[in-house]
Amino acid sequence: MMEPIKDQPTGQEPNVPEKASTSAVNPSIAKQATLDAFKKLNPAHMVKQPIMFVVWIGCLLAIGYTIFIDEMRGFNLAVSIILFLTVLFANFAESIAEGRGKAQADSLKASKADVMARKRVGQMIETVSSATLRKGDVVFVRTGEYVPGDGEIIKGLASIDESAITGESAPVIKEAGGDFSSVIGGTLVVSDEIEVRITSNPGESFLDQMIALVEGASRQKTPNELALSTLLTSLTLIFLLVVMTLPVFTNYLGFDLSGPILIALLVCLIPTTIGGLLSAIGIAGMDRVTRFNVIAMSGKAVEAAGDIQTIILDKTGTITFGNRMASDILPVGAATTETVFSGATLSSLADETPEGRSVLELAELRNMPIEQKQLDGAEIIPFRAETRMSGLDLADGRRVRKGAGQAIQQWVADQGGEIPSNLQETVDQISRLGGTPLVVAIDTEILGVIYLKDTVKPGMREQFDRLREMGIKTVMCTGDNPLTAATIAREAGVDDFVAECTPEDKIRVIKREQDAGHLVAMTGDGTNDAPALAQADVGLAMNSGTQAAKEAANMIDLDSNPTKIIEVVEIGKQLLMTRGALTTFSIANDVAKYFAIIPAIFMVAIPQMELLNIMRLDSPTTAILSALIFNAIIIPMLIPLSMKGVSYKPMTADQLLGRNLLIYGVGGVIVPFIGIKIIDVLLASIL
Amino acid sequence: MWTQFLLQFWILLVIALGAAVLLGRYIGTVFAPVGIRKTDWIGKLERRLLLLLGVDERKQDQSWVGYSKSLLLVNLLFFVGGYLLLRFQGSLPLNPNGAVNLDWSTALHTTISFMTNTDQQHYSGEALSYLSQTFVLGTMLFVAPTMAFTVCIAVIRGLANQPLGNFYADFVRFILRILIPVSFLFGLLLILLGVPQTFGGTVTVTTLEGAKQLIYRGPIAAFEVIKQLGNNGAGFFGANGAHPFENPNQYVNFIQMFLMLLIPMSLPVAYGKMIGSAKQGRLFLGVMTLLFIMMTFGMAGSLLANPTAHGQELRFGQIGTILYSSITTAAETGAVNAMHDSLHPLAGLIQLGNMMLNVVYGGTGAGFLNVLLYAFVAVFLTGLLIGRTPTFLGKKLETFEVKLMAITLLVPPFLILVGTAVSMYVAPGVGAISNPGYHGLSQVLYEFTSATANNGSGFEGLGDANVYWNVSTSFALFFGRYIPLILMLAIAGSLKAKPAVPQDEFSFKTDTPLFGTVFLGTVVLVGALTFLPVLVLGPIADWLTM
Repeated sequence: MMEPIKDQPTGQEPNVPEKASTSAVNPSIAKQATLDAFKKLNPAHMVKQPIMFVVWIGCLLAIGYTIFIDEMRGFNLAVSIILFLTVLFANFAESIAEGRGKAQADSLKASKADVMARKRVGQMIETVSSATLRKGDVVFVRTGEYVPGDGEIIKGLASIDESAITGESAPVIKEAGGDFSSVIGGTLVVSDEIEVRITSNPGESFLDQMIALVEGASRQKTPNELALSTLLTSLTLIFLLVVMTLPVFTNYLGFDLSGPILIALLVCLIPTTIGGLLSAIGIAGMDRVTRFNVIAMSGKAVEAAGDIQTIILDKTGTITFGNRMASDILPVGAATTETVFSGATLSSLADETPEGRSVLELAELRNMPIEQKQLDGAEIIPFRAETRMSGLDLADGRRVRKGAGQAIQQWVADQGGEIPSNLQETVDQISRLGGTPLVVAIDTEILGVIYLKDTVKPGMREQFDRLREMGIKTVMCTGDNPLTAATIAREAGVDDFVAECTPEDKIRVIKREQDAGHLVAMTGDGTNDAPALAQADVGLAMNSGTQAAKEAANMIDLDSNPTKIIEVVEIGKQLLMTRGALTTFSIANDVAKYFAIIPAIFMVAIPQMELLNIMRLDSPTTAILSALIFNAIIIPMLIPLSMKGVSYKPMTADQLLGRNLLIYGVGGVIVPFIGIKIIDVLLASIL
Repeated sequence: MWTQFLLQFWILLVIALGAAVLLGRYIGTVFAPVGIRKTDWIGKLERRLLLLLGVDERKQDQSWVGYSKSLLLVNLLFFVGGYLLLRFQGSLPLNPNGAVNLDWSTALHTTISFMTNTDQQHYSGEALSYLSQTFVLGTMLFVAPTMAFTVCIAVIRGLANQPLGNFYADFVRFILRILIPVSFLFGLLLILLGVPQTFGGTVTVTTLEGAKQLIYRGPIAAFEVIKQLGNNGAGFFGANGAHPFENPNQYVNFIQMFLMLLIPMSLPVAYGKMIGSAKQGRLFLGVMTLLFIMMTFGMAGSLLANPTAHGQELRFGQIGTILYSSITTAAETGAVNAMHDSLHPLAGLIQLGNMMLNVVYGGTGAGFLNVLLYAFVAVFLTGLLIGRTPTFLGKKLETFEVKLMAITLLVPPFLILVGTAVSMYVAPGVGAISNPGYHGLSQVLYEFTSATANNGSGFEGLGDANVYWNVSTSFALFFGRYIPLILMLAIAGSLKAKPAVPQDEFSFKTDTPLFGTVFLGTVVLVGALTFLPVLVLGPIADWLTM
């Protein structure tokens, strides 16, 4: 059934699930983060972030000055406190980002408790602790028991409650063989019994990996993050040179600058804003993906998602519902619309397949009568591969059939019936449109043709339009013939399609796109998707899929919703943009800080510098402290933005650049002028 | 006066831009990566010369490592040869004036200075023999600009996704096709306009008062034209462009300014042609020109603060002096027609700014390499704003390139600030300052800025003819030149090896006015803010306390 399109939440911000609300930082996380912020003051941790490490060293030096030097003790103390807060704020940002992951990890850990497993030993069954299970062990799990470890069902079928992992409460059916055979440790068998071969050793299970990932324990700097921090470190080194050579010059000119003043100048100039938030941005990006119920195996994959230019999607199950629905019923020969509908509905009364049900739904939609009572006393003829038709032998002796064109024609001809002259034409027409024709006949008369059509999921067209606006090309892969594929492709609005597609074709398409310089993402669930998932730059495997697919992919969607790749791409873009925005902002801030601090530090020795004090700050002391305070408090003020990410709307590169430059570049120049002036006015009234 | 300034400035700018566009297109054609191997008579001469060197350029495209090695090898050969000739010039021929051997530090400094296209002179022009003038300095005037030019061309080829080319082929081609013909043409013009050209020795004349006066002469016109065209800037005489033989009149002054701008202005045009997007080239040329206009107007503005004629070369007037000193620092030539030391502090500020930015055209090749460096930085910093990994011309800028960019960015501040700070601390450094206080700081800062940016002009007033200054500035000259050249080659080599991401409307554009603004902002924020504190203590304090 089609749902009204307008209710689909596409074409807007990514539809974040309810539990992924980004604004709320609950008090317990904040409390934990504050504690962690202090713990992170450990130099062994600080040294990993060169920029904040410089601030930390500066802070320690300033504290030393405060203790041992009598002059300007109050000012030095103020500098020490502000610098301490600057470091603390940066640590707090990182802890907050980590804290949200930790909360999720804790709930996962709860489902990781040891359970008793019934392990097969020879012909016997032995009850052991799940923690002792190794790869290759075989266990039996029955209704009400927890699956003791990740594994593959080798015998049986069961419905399993995976809500501990996916949050989805409806149980899923898993069975031996095929693409739905993998089970995850910690999930609950709700019915039936299965025999499972364990596929992971203790500590290496899917759950273990997930916990490590969301906790950020195995977090490594991503390529772009590494490159950015290299550049920021070199800017820091340049400013270190600037500040360290300054006392030589002033000494020659006959005046001295105190250590804390130089430290204040240094801290104002180095890019502390982005330096303090950089790792928080990365962690929060990963976290946003996790909140979408997608587990990214590395931050690198999330970053790569932002660069994706081609997405390869399966038709069936992703773009279309995968079952054919009746979209029209066309009369042939002497039949009228009424008679053909009557025949079609009669033939489908007992048909429980989606195709059969869709015929009745169509009739209802068109207000055609459905003669339900005809079923009484009728004999049901089920579909068989040999006959390729199904239907009813009614109580009144009429025999109603629908089926493949050839089969029905043969059947009618055998009874001496006529083949209407326009049948072939109608059948061909439907085939041309990409549909599947089902011919309907009663006894010797062919009434018409049911036009079965694969139906595109609602909202897909909008999704693809949005992708196009993001500059991403979509390629649909399907096993259908080119005609059908072309029709669905046109209807769904994909940019390209590959018909009669084999798994090898998928890899070929990916390689072709990669050779053209594109980064490719694809989704898949079957074992034969695994090589393609590995070849793609971003491979998103469905949680419902096989172990092989999950291992080859670099992301796993716990909800098994293939279209989620689109949201992942948006999160990747947001991550990169947030980094760029805060870097631009941080560097643009330097203009105002220079105007505040440069005249201030030289004004005592060179009174004429007052001319450069264009912000008319109250005094050298308030000017330096204001710049420093602004520099510190801008970090916590930007934590929400780092967590949430810069808002993203699909548009061309020029529009995006213009918009973000205006906000973060021009804004970055203006905001500190205002901020520093306000702080200065406040300070002047207090001091 | 303003009318005269505006008239001269705009006429110069229009003529120079027009000529640069033509030259740039020519460079873009003859240095095009593959396919176009010229078959005219110069092409045949080129090939014959290369075969003498054992190079068949059709087979010998070099990697960035190979290109760098050849570059360094050739530089080393010229350096050793030049050093030895200067050390023993006293006993060598072509020395009618009896010049003596240079001491080791002066010879070292002079050789490095000339090989790096800086031409900072700690000796006086009259201290050299004709052999040294012609065969050491004269040769280097051709060779030195060629070094940065070849690297610049190789880097552009890399960005255009083509083989980097062959160093020797580029070396020979630039000298044969650009430097020699243009020098010859303008050399004749200078002779016609009254610049002397002779191998005759010093003339001794008796003045009206009966005193004896020595008049030095030499092949000045030839020297002068390549000095300006190659952004060398060495004076044949100690007084450089203020000497009436080097720069006899307004017309010669004008031609010199034109020649300084010609090649630096033409490179963005050549770049546009070689990467197949004239628009990209025009954008860089536009931004560079905008900076040039702002800087020169700023400098002219200092005249308002200093309406007296103090510090100006009277033969060219205030306008001729200001324009010349703006261009010589903008194009990193270093020729001077007045003593920069005696101009208004704000003029000094702008001269320093020109050299610190080193992209307001910048020297032959080196200037445009700096433009590309800042463009990379601008792309990396703001490219993320479109939600993709930053790409320059479709090539991703990743950790390796960013590391090299970061080191290259560090070089000028390190050399300038550390060099200045050390000199302000040690006795021979401080002792050289003739005018203590803020102005003294400016003198030292200028010396190291000029050395690092391979400009070569002096603020003057600094007693720099001694071992300390020769050795300390040699460091700045050497590292300020070669580190950026090699690292930029490495970046180009690495980018060339990457697959190109196809460009569409969702890729970062480097040819829009928006990117021009970003580029300008990066140059100002990253390039200039670094030096603001020291500039405030030097020329700005000098001005505020006047």
